[in-house]
Amino acid sequence: MLDIPVIRWGKPYESLEKTEVVHFNTGEPIATVSSANGGLVSRDMRKAQKARDRLREFSCEDLIAKVDKAADLFENETLKLGDGTQSPDQFVHHQSASTGLPEHMCRKNMVKNCFVMQNMTEILECLTRGLDLDILTNGYGTESRGVIVSYQAQTPVLGAVLPSNSPGVHTLWLPAIPLQMGLVLKPGSSEPWTAYRVAAAFEAAGIPPEVISLYPGGHDVGGALMTSCPRSMIFGSQKTVDQYSGNPGVQVHGPGFSKIFLGDDCVDQWEQFIDVMAESVYINGGRSCINCSAIYASRHTKEIAQALGERLGPVEALPPDDPEAGLAAFTVPGMGKAVWDMVKQDLQADGVTDYTADYGDRVVELERASYLRPVIAHAESPECDIASKEFMFPFATVVECPQAKMIKAAGPTLVGTAITEDQKWIDQLLSATNIDRLNVGPVPTNRLNWLQPHEGNIIDFLFRSRAYQVAENKVTAIA
Amino acid sequence: MTNSSDQDLDAAVATAKDKLDQHTVEIVQRHFHESTGCPFWLGKKSELNFDPLTEVKCYEDLQKFPSFEDDWLRGGPVERWRMKDHADRPTYVFETGGTTGVPKSRVVVDDFRTDYEVFSETLPDEYFPRGGNWLMLGPSGPRRLRLAVEHLAQVRGGISFCIDLDPRWVVKLIKKGWMDHLEAYKKHCIDQAITILTANHNIKCMFGTPKLIESLCLELEERDMTLAETGVTGIFSGGTEFTPQWTRYCVEELFGGPPEESGIYMTPTYGNTLMGLACSKPVTAEEKYKISYYAPQPRAVTEVVQFDDHNQTVGYGETGRVKLTTLTPEFFVPGFLERDEGEREQPFAKFPWDGVSGVRPYHKLAAATTVGVY
Repeated sequence: MLDIPVIRWGKPYESLEKTEVVHFNTGEPIATVSSANGGLVSRDMRKAQKARDRLREFSCEDLIAKVDKAADLFENETLKLGDGTQSPDQFVHHQSASTGLPEHMCRKNMVKNCFVMQNMTEILECLTRGLDLDILTNGYGTESRGVIVSYQAQTPVLGAVLPSNSPGVHTLWLPAIPLQMGLVLKPGSSEPWTAYRVAAAFEAAGIPPEVISLYPGGHDVGGALMTSCPRSMIFGSQKTVDQYSGNPGVQVHGPGFSKIFLGDDCVDQWEQFIDVMAESVYINGGRSCINCSAIYASRHTKEIAQALGERLGPVEALPPDDPEAGLAAFTVPGMGKAVWDMVKQDLQADGVTDYTADYGDRVVELERASYLRPVIAHAESPECDIASKEFMFPFATVVECPQAKMIKAAGPTLVGTAITEDQKWIDQLLSATNIDRLNVGPVPTNRLNWLQPHEGNIIDFLFRSRAYQVAENKVTAIA
Repeated sequence: MTNSSDQDLDAAVATAKDKLDQHTVEIVQRHFHESTGCPFWLGKKSELNFDPLTEVKCYEDLQKFPSFEDDWLRGGPVERWRMKDHADRPTYVFETGGTTGVPKSRVVVDDFRTDYEVFSETLPDEYFPRGGNWLMLGPSGPRRLRLAVEHLAQVRGGISFCIDLDPRWVVKLIKKGWMDHLEAYKKHCIDQAITILTANHNIKCMFGTPKLIESLCLELEERDMTLAETGVTGIFSGGTEFTPQWTRYCVEELFGGPPEESGIYMTPTYGNTLMGLACSKPVTAEEKYKISYYAPQPRAVTEVVQFDDHNQTVGYGETGRVKLTTLTPEFFVPGFLERDEGEREQPFAKFPWDGVSGVRPYHKLAAATTVGVY
């Protein structure tokens, strides 16, 4: 069994407290992981500036090349992990075993992380709008149009409190190193794998290990990380989102409430878009914030719900190593049933119909875990509670709503796919501040273009654009 | 074959048990006798199916009492807990809990002083020098701690400075998610502490909660100082967040090494308003900073009992729930189930009775408990 230490600026630290990462269903231990304590994090953060200083010894381009190399190592090589090693296949197996996510989805997430690492030049070019990266290194510089610009780093490191149940989110913190910022990560309790493997790949690719810290541990570790890192990201529930809302030092990633809007000009051809809708709801086990949780249309909504119900209702819970497995397990005992009880309550409300009711029980109980099979509901209006719900399994409500009211009724929407050619409505959608990422046309909500910002531009989060003036003669007073 | 030290320990254990049995009988007599008992226990007597005055002949006989319910300590009149022969004595009331609802209260005449005098005898003079002044950095208000630490300082010939902290407000800040306010409040306390520590008051000893000790050391570092440079040599602290890992971090990184290197000795304690202070075996790197607590027997007894049978202790090294019995001339609490669990520890020469290690929130209550708030 693997023994995984805390990593303090590249140095392993074996804690007196350890937790076990176990198989989601059998409970069989896979690894022991040292637990940090909050004070350890706070104290180590006093040396955070050294991480940035060390990274600034390399150019951004040099770091981007190392990250590119790390992508290959991450995807294809056996890398060190704690007191042992881990091959790519073992990584997939370990991640699936502890998170309940099917192995083929773990592999896809692995590829997604690699894609981001391999395309860092293009991603940063888009996120910075073509800024010369030396300007970020030096703090200022002259753009090609002859104007001095200054970007001031707001932190020497990026902190992140990572989730246990969604290994697809790691792409969000990967740009930190090429931006010459250290990484301070608290891995999720059942998903330490990605953070440790990325760190190992970075080190093997020539990135100094002393720029990365990994602190598995309890809530106090997360709290200390958030307090001591000037910029950090956290993944959590709506409660977490509300808690950090308005805090400029925290980028919070919670439920996405992503949606598909069918315009009146296209809704009569809804059958053409059923694949887009089904993929948006079902892909990645329905776990992501970019999975669609509501489909808005002014008519044909019952037929759409019927068709999606027929498509997704029969989906069975399959073993995680089955290439056809489409559902991810709830690994906290009793959680599947608890989530189902919430869904069931919403399904019983007036104006709501369950279009997956005819396809058998939705809860599948295993020895220590459970699955929820897909649920497609129909709501007669956006006022029904279920219309604004999101759950961590393939779940969506088809909502009947006049087009003119859709934007306001939709509420916060991380990804909005609008299927329409109605330019006037597209203009309104473009102006809607409650929609973060906007797709126009039949683009599944889950298909992200990595050249676009996600839930806030990381450059804006880590740097501040400010005024910087330099007199021709720095020491002579202006006459 | 047993060697002489084993025999000595066996004899000490037997002597301690005899003392506990005798003490139990005396305390029960006092609490259930009409001339001395408090209204609460005299009233309860009629509900019992046995006569405590004639049927409690040893410690184990306390199992005849029903489990002590902590709700009995909530609400008034608080005088129902005052011993009849203490009616004209100056009386304190100390509270525990109270973030929401009515707190538990305990009336006290002398107990807090006696408890801390007993505790004082366990402190090494080398690190807690007689005559040295103290800093109390923790909750005061309705709690016992401020007066108790002040008395401890006084019996050791020193004077105690006090910095107040309101844990009920801290719990509210955490529950509201007002972490900025929490940090500001913590800083407010630490700033006051550093002001006192650097004002030439000859402070050698302190009480601090783990969170505040940590914050104090970090803030001193921020000011290019160390705790040792302030003159502090002895610290006692307590709480379930006092884990081996935290202790190691504190000793190795905040203090700068074990006492012989850093000059700072820290002793964990376990206790609350209902009992005195359980002391720890010396905590060392060799034993991986294991913390084992021993109650101040016979005034208080801790047992580690089975989760489903609270009258059955677990085997040594096994895990169970912590059960507390308080047996003082002014307070009688038989078999109170603490909100903690831990492992049962063997007696040893200094404390020849059972101890408890690995104390942490009882796993079935842990999710609802806010620990380590101050």
